[in-house]
Amino acid sequence: MTDSIAALGRTTINALTVFGRAFIFLIRMLASLDIVFRRFGLTLVQVYSVGVRSLLIIVVSGLFVGMVLAYQGYITLVNFGAAEALGGVVALSLVRELGPVVTALLFAGRAGSALTAELGLMKTTEQLSAMEMMAVNPYRRIFAPRFVAGFLSMPLLAAIFSAVGVMGGYLVGVGLLGVDSGAYFSQMQSVTDWNEDVLSGVIKSIVFGFVVTWIAVFQGFNAQPTSEGISRATTQTVVVSSLAVLGLDFILTGLMFGAG
Amino acid sequence: MKVRFFELAVGVFVLLGIGALFYLAVQVSNVTDYHDRDTYTVSGYFDNIGGLKTRAPVTVSGVRIGRVADIRYDPERFRAEVTLAIRSEHDYLPMDTQAAIHTAGLLGEQYIALEPGGDYDTLQEGDELMFTQSALVLENLIGRFMTNMGSD
Repeated sequence: MTDSIAALGRTTINALTVFGRAFIFLIRMLASLDIVFRRFGLTLVQVYSVGVRSLLIIVVSGLFVGMVLAYQGYITLVNFGAAEALGGVVALSLVRELGPVVTALLFAGRAGSALTAELGLMKTTEQLSAMEMMAVNPYRRIFAPRFVAGFLSMPLLAAIFSAVGVMGGYLVGVGLLGVDSGAYFSQMQSVTDWNEDVLSGVIKSIVFGFVVTWIAVFQGFNAQPTSEGISRATTQTVVVSSLAVLGLDFILTGLMFGAG
Repeated sequence: MKVRFFELAVGVFVLLGIGALFYLAVQVSNVTDYHDRDTYTVSGYFDNIGGLKTRAPVTVSGVRIGRVADIRYDPERFRAEVTLAIRSEHDYLPMDTQAAIHTAGLLGEQYIALEPGGDYDTLQEGDELMFTQSALVLENLIGRFMTNMGSD
C-alpha cells in the first residue's frame, strides 16, 4: 500500500521535474535566439531539413485529404440538394481545422521524430558535451536554429496543405462529380473570411509549430544516452506532440470560433 | 556549392508557402472583395431582421452592390438598426429606395434586396432608408395560416 503511494508520488515528482526542465530549456533556447540573426546559415540548413524535406508528404496528404473531403461532402450535401455548397465545405474544413492539425501531426511524425533522433544521438555520442568543452554553447549552435526552423516552417507547410487540398477538392468535386466550377469557387469565397478563417488557421499552425518543435528538441536534449533511450524519446515526441496538438486545437477552436 | 543548394531549396519552399497563403487570400477567401474600398453607409430600421448577419450581401435586382456593415438594436425606437455599406460607384439610388430582407433559396443565407423608388434625390452617406420590409418569419406565417384556417 505505502509502496504504491510512494510510486505515485515518485511518478508525479518525475513528471513535474521533466515539465520544469522543459520550461527552463525553452527559456534558455529563447534567450539564445540572437544566433538566428547572426548566423542565418545555420537556420537555413535546418529549414531545409525540417521544412523542405517535409514538402512531399504534406503536398500528397493535402491533395488526398482535399479529394476525400470533396467526395464525402458531396455525398452528404447532394441529399439536401446543396451540392453547390461543396466549395465552402471543403475550404472551411481545410483552412480552419484540417490544414493546421493534420499538418502538425504529419510534421511531428516526419520532422519532429527526426529532430529528436538526431539530437538524441548527438547527446549519446557526447557531441553536445564536447561542444561545451570547446566553449560552444549548444543552445545557440544546435537548439535555437532547429527551433526557429520548425517554428517558421509549420505555417508555410499548413498553408501549402490547405491550398493543395482546395485544388484536390476541385479535381474531385468539379472534375469527377460535376459540381459547377464557378459555384465551387464563388461559394467558397462567400463563406470563407480572410480574418476569421484563414488567419485563425495561420495562428493555429504557428502555435502548433512552436509546441511540436519545442517538444521534439527537448525530447532529444532530455533523452537517455542509450540506443533504447533515443528510441523512447522519439516515440515520446510523436505521442506527446500529437496529443498536445489535439488538445490545443480544442482550446484554440473554442477561443476563436466558440463565442462568435 | 552546397550552401547555394540549401539557399535555393529554402527559397523555393518559402516562396511556395507564401504563394499558398496568397492563393488562400485571393481564390479562397477573396480578401479584395472583403475590403470594399470606397463605400458610403445608409441605415434602415427593421421590425424583425430574422437571421440576417453582418457581411450579408446587399443587392439591387440581384446584383451585389454592398454588404451589411453593422446590426444593432435601437432601444429608443424598439427596432433593429441595420447599417449598409454600399460601394461608392452606386450613388444613384433614390431617396425612397425600399429595403427588404430576403432569403436566398429555401435554407440559404439572408440578404438585403434594395428596390429603387422614383425620387430625384439620391441616398447619401448617413441617410436613413424610409421604407423597410422585415424578414419573413416562418412561425408567424404558419400562425397566420392557422388562424385563417380557423375562421373559414
